[in-house]
Amino acid sequence: MTAMLNVKDLRAFYGQVQALHGLNFSLDEGSLTTLLGANGAGKTTTLRAICNMVRSTGAIEFEGAALLGRSTENIVRLGIAHVPQGRGTFTAMTVEENLQLGAITRRDRTGIVADIERMYDHFPVLKQRHTQQAGTLSGGEQQMLAVARALMLRPRLMLLDEPSFGLAPLIVRDLFKILGKINREDKVTILVVEQNAQLALELADQAYVIETGRIVMSGGAKEIANNEDVRKSYLGY
Amino acid sequence: MSAAEEIVVEGQAVEAVPKRAMTLGTGTSLVVLAVLLLVPLVVKNFIIFQMTMLLIYGVAVLALNILTGGSGQFSLGQSAFYAIGAYTSAILMETFGVNYALTLPIAGIICFGAGFLFGQPALRLSGVYLALATFALATAMPQLLKLGYFEKWTGGVQGLVVEKPDAPFGLPMSQDMWLYYFTLVITVAIYVASINLLRSRSGRAFMAIRDNEIAASSMGVNVALYKTLAFGVSAGITGVAGALGAIAVQFVAPDSYTITLAISLFLGMVVGGVGWLPGSFVGSAFIIFVPNIAESVSKGLSGAVFGVLLFLVIFLVPHGARQVAIVGQQLAARLRR
Amino acid sequence: MELFTNQVLAGISTGAIYACMALAVVMIYQAIDHLNFAQGEMAMFSTFISWQLMQWGVPYWFAFVLTLGFSFIGGIAIERVLFKPLAKAPILTNVAGFIALYSIINSCAGLIWDFTIKQYPTPFGSSPFLGSQLISTHQAGMIGITLLMLLGLFFFFRYTRIGLAMRAAASVPESARLVGINTSWMIALGWGMAAAIGSVAGMMIAPVVFLEPNMMLGVLIYGFAAAVLGGLTSPFGAVIGGFLVGIFENLVGTYIPGVGNELKLPIALALIITVLVVKPAGLFGRPIVKRV
Repeated sequence: MTAMLNVKDLRAFYGQVQALHGLNFSLDEGSLTTLLGANGAGKTTTLRAICNMVRSTGAIEFEGAALLGRSTENIVRLGIAHVPQGRGTFTAMTVEENLQLGAITRRDRTGIVADIERMYDHFPVLKQRHTQQAGTLSGGEQQMLAVARALMLRPRLMLLDEPSFGLAPLIVRDLFKILGKINREDKVTILVVEQNAQLALELADQAYVIETGRIVMSGGAKEIANNEDVRKSYLGY
Repeated sequence: MSAAEEIVVEGQAVEAVPKRAMTLGTGTSLVVLAVLLLVPLVVKNFIIFQMTMLLIYGVAVLALNILTGGSGQFSLGQSAFYAIGAYTSAILMETFGVNYALTLPIAGIICFGAGFLFGQPALRLSGVYLALATFALATAMPQLLKLGYFEKWTGGVQGLVVEKPDAPFGLPMSQDMWLYYFTLVITVAIYVASINLLRSRSGRAFMAIRDNEIAASSMGVNVALYKTLAFGVSAGITGVAGALGAIAVQFVAPDSYTITLAISLFLGMVVGGVGWLPGSFVGSAFIIFVPNIAESVSKGLSGAVFGVLLFLVIFLVPHGARQVAIVGQQLAARLRR
Repeated sequence: MELFTNQVLAGISTGAIYACMALAVVMIYQAIDHLNFAQGEMAMFSTFISWQLMQWGVPYWFAFVLTLGFSFIGGIAIERVLFKPLAKAPILTNVAGFIALYSIINSCAGLIWDFTIKQYPTPFGSSPFLGSQLISTHQAGMIGITLLMLLGLFFFFRYTRIGLAMRAAASVPESARLVGINTSWMIALGWGMAAAIGSVAGMMIAPVVFLEPNMMLGVLIYGFAAAVLGGLTSPFGAVIGGFLVGIFENLVGTYIPGVGNELKLPIALALIITVLVVKPAGLFGRPIVKRV
């Protein structure tokens, strides 16, 4: 399988502070990968670096195209959807407008309408609330909306930053089930950053563990889940 | 239009100046002081007068810096307090025969009171709304000064003429030179006091409010008190500057204190570097000299030239003179190695 | 009572001027989150351009449309050249930029067209509207055009893709970029639209206040006040605010003794600020919830 995303020697900086110290990893097409680590390890920074939302050096290649010089919006247009930490919902707009915004770069009007219906199938609660202001939705609902919005792009690669944050366990389970479905059926490559390592490892094929800006562990999700030392040292369980 | 709430995360409208960068280093300060002390001995009276005005406007910009750079409150109304200070001094001197030096603290206290009072209703306003409110104050002031009701004190549209004081104890210096040194002493005193204020507990309270009002309040800072205090202090200092200005220019008139003055002081603050007190004097130099330069380049297009020069400055140093100082400090550090 | 009604009606017609200007102010506030002090000057300059075209024989509505187009492009150009470089600079520096722009435009207009007052034509005629002594046909036309613009803006923001994108870029810029919107160009577009709306305001106002480089200063301040009063997030509020400000101004001038023309402005502003102290987000603005 070919590598869809190739990251080489990625270093990222917040002002004078260096957050990533030379990351190397790749994502295979069609895979579901999770990036794990403690708070402040650099997981969010990695996703932000891929979308050029933080100053970085190194090389990031997506399906042959170099990402590092491009603006965030141009990177998105290449087919990368990013569900940020905190969800980034357009709170002042309706649920349906949020979905329309997800597809704002697409031209095929009938396709967009059809996709909105598909999102309502995936997430029935959104259909119920589709004329409601997005800011009035609960945390779990906003998370579903954020994922749906990302899917409206018809992305090739989807990046999710701590989707389980602040959500009740049952809702997280549902959400992860849907993510798995999307990965298998819609063939969307997914990279999920998570603090909830256990659930993430159940969902993913591949896993990377990051600590203070460096990748310290990589491998199949099952191996890492079964490796007690790794779990105790890096994942806390 | 929906009635839902707009959630605003309190971002920083005014950026912080790190404490150690708040002043020039001791060495630089001494050099500057030496220059300020010695230059008047070798130049003509008119230049001395301009230097006096530079100090006076510098003090006014410094006051604005404390308010905006320190406590994060915008003000386009400083010209009003400057006017109150100027008229207080003029009226005290001309109508009541008070000694010019005494008028300064009186003007300062009156303006402190005025600022403190204005700060009360201003508590509920911030950002663009506060700018509008202070703007209203600035536009009202010249009109209030022209009101027939006050004419017997203010001299109405024509204003009042002020006597320039002689050097005391028969010192052998011109009126301009004496006034310059008098102003210099006051300026240095206010400068040092302001730096100490910003470094004190009150100063920290100001800056906490500037950076994050909600957090400051939840940490026990009495936001209302400190905000009005900041207004009061700023107005008081501006009032002293206004009083000095009245004496230096030798007259006060309503149309000398229009919104144009308030805008100039604002520009002086930006050019000098918001929150950086030494920059107040760079900003003051800018607002005194650059309009003259613009007019000498082209009489008909002086406004356009001024605007272009202003753009050049803000493109090159968006953070004001402070940026230049930082570069200078870095160079100096490198040379020392 | 009759005096009161008359003054209110007169206030509504002058208020149309402020409503027009307030729309442009809200437009740019939506795009860039602050007020542009040079907007009045840009409107004035556009009006002079239209006047110049008419001096060269171009018929009114043709000149009107050309000026609209020129203003739109001009607004975008000014933003790209002068304010895009300041995008990362502090807000106060940007404000200094607005002041500089004001100075440049005012000075250039004075040089090109000098400061003598000029007559500016109205396409609506100036006879009494429907027989009323208080509203002329021009003022009725002005109110009509303002309402038309308001309607146009409403449709633009609610029902077009670009309108949606602009709203998104203004409300959550980072998320807007994450759906592929070029937020930088949205700001430029906002400037273009604000300049175009401002030019309409100028061309509507000029017949009443006469054309000269300083014609817009008072109007701009009242326009700001109206926009703030109505709530900076609401075009509808801006228009209502404009009418209210016109009424305030007239009533203050009529009923408060000793207030000449000069004091009307600060008093009107003071009244508006009183409203703001009670309703900090303006009459129709969304209440702002501050979060740490």
